[in-house]
Amino acid sequence: MTGEVIAFYALAAVLLLSGVVVVASPNIVHSAVALIPAFLGVTGIYILLNAEFLAGVQVLIYAGAITVLILFVIMLTEGGTGLRLRQRNEQGPIGVVVAVLMAALLITGVMHTAWSRAAGALPAYTPGAIGQSFLGPNLLVFEGTSIVLLVSLVGAIIIARKEE
Amino acid sequence: MLTPLHYLVLSALVFCLGLYAVLTRRNGVAILMGIELMLNAANINLVAFNKYGAPGAMQGQIFALIVITLAACEAAVGLSLILAAYRSLETIYVDEINLMKW
Repeated sequence: MTGEVIAFYALAAVLLLSGVVVVASPNIVHSAVALIPAFLGVTGIYILLNAEFLAGVQVLIYAGAITVLILFVIMLTEGGTGLRLRQRNEQGPIGVVVAVLMAALLITGVMHTAWSRAAGALPAYTPGAIGQSFLGPNLLVFEGTSIVLLVSLVGAIIIARKEE
Repeated sequence: MLTPLHYLVLSALVFCLGLYAVLTRRNGVAILMGIELMLNAANINLVAFNKYGAPGAMQGQIFALIVITLAACEAAVGLSLILAAYRSLETIYVDEINLMKW
């Protein structure tokens, strides 16, 4: 076992354990806070995959912004921690069956496929390569995403504001 | 030695955790949390394929960045919809929001 493998299993354990808390906790605030270690586990996975820029963006947007946004909405709506209210619907057994079947299907599919590995290595400085790509071959995608971001944030403000 | 298999199995498990949350939670905010987990699982796949399948092209990481941006949009719009639903219906439990159900 090299250090890389040990790091992978440690990060996977963090990600899956906090994911189980997110999914199963009866306290909605615990679920929201458990999202932070889950997102930080994904950040570690990105670093293992040599995607440093993506890891930074993950910490800023997911672990920072989205978690805080979710906590704000929990506090703005009724119930607070939600401990007094039933948190799951009647579909628990069906949900377990569907999720387990989906996992079995995906994992057997992955195991039985011969993944070809391309030779070569990632660029030494991936943020630079990402920037060059966004302002070069992927310029249209970049501009389109910017417009979607602008429109959705304006829409979110209009939907969420109080009506006079 | 890590192979793409490790990452793909991990992401399949995270995806199914998110799917379970989406299927069984009553609270709209908790359903959004499940969707965020599923999007993260997809991102792990994209970055793993970038490293092992096509290391020369950066398309996997580019696509993962775009998915993160769109996930932020989705969270903002989804949470504002939940706030609007709470203002008019006094609940965020999705099985109680059944005005249009016959």
